[in-house]
Amino acid sequence: MSEIKKIATREAYGKALAEFGEDYPDMVVLDADLAAATKTSVFKKKFPDRHIDCGIAEANMMGIAAGLSLTGKIPVASTFAMFASGRAFEQVRNSIGYPHLNVKIGATHAGITVGEDGASHQCNEDIALMRTIPGMTILNPSDAVEARACVKAALDYEGPVYMRFGRAAVPVINDREDYSFEMGKGVMLREGSDVTIVATGILVASALEAAERLEKEGISAEVINIHTIKPLDSDLITTSAGKTGKVVTAEEHSVIGGLGGAVCEALAESCPVPVCRIGINDVFGESGSAGALVIKYGLDGEGVYKKVKEFLKKF
Amino acid sequence: MRGNMDTLELKKRANEVRKGIVTAVHGAKAGHPGGSLSAADIFTYLYFEEMNIDPANPKMEERDRFVLSKGHTAPGLYSALANRGYFPVEDLPTLRHLGSYLQGHPCLQHVPGVDMSSGSLGQGISAANGMALGAKLSGKDFRVYTLLGDGEIEEGQVWEAAMFAGYRKLDNLVVIVDNNGMQIDGRIEDVCSPYPIDKKFEAFNFHVINLADGNDMEQIRAAFKEARETKGMPTAIIAHTLKGKGVSFMEGQVDWHGKAPNDEEYKVAMADLERIGEALCQK
Repeated sequence: MSEIKKIATREAYGKALAEFGEDYPDMVVLDADLAAATKTSVFKKKFPDRHIDCGIAEANMMGIAAGLSLTGKIPVASTFAMFASGRAFEQVRNSIGYPHLNVKIGATHAGITVGEDGASHQCNEDIALMRTIPGMTILNPSDAVEARACVKAALDYEGPVYMRFGRAAVPVINDREDYSFEMGKGVMLREGSDVTIVATGILVASALEAAERLEKEGISAEVINIHTIKPLDSDLITTSAGKTGKVVTAEEHSVIGGLGGAVCEALAESCPVPVCRIGINDVFGESGSAGALVIKYGLDGEGVYKKVKEFLKKF
Repeated sequence: MRGNMDTLELKKRANEVRKGIVTAVHGAKAGHPGGSLSAADIFTYLYFEEMNIDPANPKMEERDRFVLSKGHTAPGLYSALANRGYFPVEDLPTLRHLGSYLQGHPCLQHVPGVDMSSGSLGQGISAANGMALGAKLSGKDFRVYTLLGDGEIEEGQVWEAAMFAGYRKLDNLVVIVDNNGMQIDGRIEDVCSPYPIDKKFEAFNFHVINLADGNDMEQIRAAFKEARETKGMPTAIIAHTLKGKGVSFMEGQVDWHGKAPNDEEYKVAMADLERIGEALCQK
């Protein structure tokens, strides 16, 4: 893997904000004293007047974003996923979700790859929390290329969007000329017949790696990238499940309420097949390097490969 | 456009707004009359005199904005809006009914004239911050008003917002605290006292106006004039009001924070307000 370029999705997010700043003059970027970490500092450097640091006050920041949107601005409120979805949940729900305002939330440092900061900052619950808010769109890009596309799509969409980015540098897997992004549409990355792996975020790369290994053993895995967790592309997932009869979900998030939960809900109602959920197994994380944690929690290519093999033995 | 009414006329309107509050809450068989009535004069002054608005064009871009941070006093806001012509006064009794657009707490998608959904305390002032900031960023001169309860300011978010408004010198923002002295569990000084309120806002870099009688239209007029003339910092008006003002058996009674009058009580309340109205007509 060493020859593959690695970029953190938060880096791509910050760059994208700065890139689109000119074309979207109504965009205002808010931060809560984390501009250097969330990378909104890249936007701030180019558009200092349109970058508002709210201080360490995430609840107020979400309300400010709501108010700004009601004056025609496109606010992008940014902080760590833990604080955007956790601390400010009720502000996001009541001040942004309920009135369905045109606010974009740029949540960085999601998941276990926060690394050394440890469990207090490793948010493995944000997708679950945001999914419960009616009308909330949730985007979780798989790499830097997709992160940029997510930002563009969110800016072009009228309504609340939660965008999820990571801290650690991760492989760039979508760097190809024919790459395109459509909000709400899953991407068929690899067709197969024995098992479907539905992955999101940085687990897409792990799923592809696992599928390659499985193929060498004669197991044909279909890999779907779900960058839009809500609204979920149920049709694509259901059709694939109908074909393979077995589904594995893979995400850097709790196995409760995230992509795994969403896929199970969709399949239970229209195509009930056995499902194996790969993610954080209802535990808190811990300090360590992102790379070491990904391996320990079984979220790397090897981890996904092993889980799929075990799953296929059972069903 | 802004209003141009004499004080007596505003008092008459405020009395009509009170009738609408009592009627709405009676019709709903639930709701919050106490804090709606204490703020009725402020609602009336804002919608009939102070704000640059157009009921025929509720979304007018250049309009002044109002955020009811103490969203439970929706009956007060709805009655002011209805009396101002945003929607029929006859609809007020549908408050809180299934299928009515008059939701228990303000909902901007459904109620004409409502600038922000609210109800969960402490959040409206942040949205008002955002609107005031939006005006500044766009070089527009509309003003933003937000009404908070004195119990509401126990919420930490209020002080996050106050810090931001003071720091950003949002002089197009007016925060009004309806200091009627009571919250659900009792007198505010007996629950978890937020006093001194004025000194707190001063410390957060607000220009503070102590409005001695927030149910006196002349004093309200003077306070908003002073706020309008204040430059370089946001204004906080601490309005000392009487909970339940205008309805004899509700005045100063914490029980009437969130309770609807029954049919008998409704008659007494309306008779009280009729008497006040008649007295105003003889002036």
